[in-house]
Amino acid sequence: MSHLHERTLRVGSLARVEGEGAMHVRLDGAGRVETARLEIYEPPRFFEAFLRGRDFAEAPDITARVCGICPVAYQMSACLAMEDACGVRVGGQLAELRRLLYCGEWIESHALHVHLLHAPDFLGYPSGIDMARDHRADVERGLELKKIGNALMELVGGRAIHPVNVRIGGFHRVPTRSELAAFAPTLRRALELALETVIWVAGFDFPEAHLKHRFLAVNQEARYPIDSGTGVLTDTGVGYDVRHFEDYVFEYQVPHSTALYAQLADGTAYLTGPLARYSLHSAKLSRYAATAAKAAGLGAECRNPFRSIVVRAVEIVYAVEEALRIIEQYEPPDRPFVPVEPCAGRGCGVTEAPRGLLYHRYDLAEDGTITAARIVPPTAQNQAAIEAELCDLVQAHHTGMDDEALTHLCEQAIRNHDPCISCSAHFLDLHVDRP
Amino acid sequence: MTGKPKVAVFKFASCDGCQLTLLDCEDELLALADAVEIAHFTEATRTSLPGPYDLALVEGSITTPEDAERIEQVRAQSKFLVVIGACATAGGIQALRNFGDVREFTQAVYARPDYISTLAHSTPIADHVPVDFELRGCPIDRGQLLEVITAFLAGRKPRIPDRSVCYECKARGLVCVTVAHGTPCLGPVTHAGCGAICPAFARGCFGCFGPARGANTPALIELLHQQGESPERIARFFHTFNAASPAFAKASQDAAAPEDMP
Repeated sequence: MSHLHERTLRVGSLARVEGEGAMHVRLDGAGRVETARLEIYEPPRFFEAFLRGRDFAEAPDITARVCGICPVAYQMSACLAMEDACGVRVGGQLAELRRLLYCGEWIESHALHVHLLHAPDFLGYPSGIDMARDHRADVERGLELKKIGNALMELVGGRAIHPVNVRIGGFHRVPTRSELAAFAPTLRRALELALETVIWVAGFDFPEAHLKHRFLAVNQEARYPIDSGTGVLTDTGVGYDVRHFEDYVFEYQVPHSTALYAQLADGTAYLTGPLARYSLHSAKLSRYAATAAKAAGLGAECRNPFRSIVVRAVEIVYAVEEALRIIEQYEPPDRPFVPVEPCAGRGCGVTEAPRGLLYHRYDLAEDGTITAARIVPPTAQNQAAIEAELCDLVQAHHTGMDDEALTHLCEQAIRNHDPCISCSAHFLDLHVDRP
Repeated sequence: MTGKPKVAVFKFASCDGCQLTLLDCEDELLALADAVEIAHFTEATRTSLPGPYDLALVEGSITTPEDAERIEQVRAQSKFLVVIGACATAGGIQALRNFGDVREFTQAVYARPDYISTLAHSTPIADHVPVDFELRGCPIDRGQLLEVITAFLAGRKPRIPDRSVCYECKARGLVCVTVAHGTPCLGPVTHAGCGAICPAFARGCFGCFGPARGANTPALIELLHQQGESPERIARFFHTFNAASPAFAKASQDAAAPEDMP
């Protein structure tokens, strides 16, 4: 064995993630990991500050602009929080239409991540576009799925990026039965494509890894969680009401990041996102999704983050099936929205963005003016867990790998979690220092 | 050497939605990737080739001292520099800080404001370097993005109309939401490009594409007053994703203080 020496691994700007981040890993002369950081240098945009003084009805359109990849997540968490503050619960077909719109975002975002951002790591290409030279049919299938997700968002939301049709209480305009029914054949095509994608990714080689972190996901009762939930669940069996989220999850700041970190009240890091959702709620998957998961070799839970690509593919199947179910059962509601009168108070909302739990909390004055806002995005919650995972991974693999291979493995470990850095600044650059 | 034009995509302060629009060209993406060399596009590829670039697409606004330097380097390496989206063309939603106190904003969001490096203002790219074309929208329109890329690579002027959303609304045969329902709508003063999506969904335009050329904001402010909107609400209509564009910044100020208007 060659002599040990200090090593530094750096990636100045992480590719195939949304937003600007870096990685920095440093090993000391004894081969111990000194630092493993996911650095978020995305410039802060101060949403929580300029939301103060705005009208409560403006929050869905304004907070959508936090993230172009998951705007529906922001719109939905904002609506739920405002409705909670004003004592309104939106149910029935309006809630189903929200879930339908959200399914569009899951299909689009997951299809993008699986095919263009994540799969190139397993097959050894710098990008999905380069991968298309040798795997054109797979990339084309991903693009077709992605396009169907976008088309669904355009159908229900008016636009794929920053939909225009969402408002507190529901929608500006609801689709007719025939408008939705006309989309069903497209979704049946998407179901075939999504099932092919599960088989494709299940055949990749997965490095061994086992996550020790706690899982956290929204609890949407009998359903696999997407668009709403009254509570949050962890894998210790502890559940709590959304209104107590901030009693259980603490945000804190570190010098190397414009994202705030989050941890559970007992000081442990936790993980939110597809692995958490699947591990806590796999029993609630629909028929094709459950069958595809089993055929892909997934058990009731999944703790290997490299297999998150399989979980995402299964979640695409689920979102397509859900969209089909909603469309088949759709009866247009009497009115496009429930009127929501502002009142003084506090409201909280949680939903499952494609990359994990998104929490919003607002304080309102009597006339609906926002007096305080708090947004806890998924990637900020995952940052501490991702760093701990990097540390374990480097410790386990550094002796047998050169800097280039180790750096690539670390980047892949980060992309396993589909980080959305634009969201979290309030994310990432890899530097690996080996002395 | 491939001989293909080199295209690069750069991000500054933004939500990533406008560069995502390029990946949202699902039908054209692989053909585009065959026609050009994607030299730098962090969101899509680990490959990063040095300049010079034939065409740089720039998303986002300038909000940090480091980014103010970085945009100079991008300009120096790029034959054509096209800025995409409301952040890059007007400062974006984050330019709401320009009307407040950024130190207080930092304290409101971060427990340790001293860790944060930021400028007092969020500014469009054209405030820092010469730009060859500004494509509007929050987000930009996919068809318009393809038109701009095609035009610059073909060496012609992009065909992007600078009239108002009203033209697109009429062309779609939609019923005017203001005339028919009294719904407040920024369509008459807002730059076309979205295809009048909002009126098609029974809501008024809320100004994603910023001011149209020659926008008559005083007349619209008067109409909104007549529709019973308060000065504060009218001021807020103009005070969103394009708040710092000169025409909307002035309209917001005029609306808040109607007695000062001519």
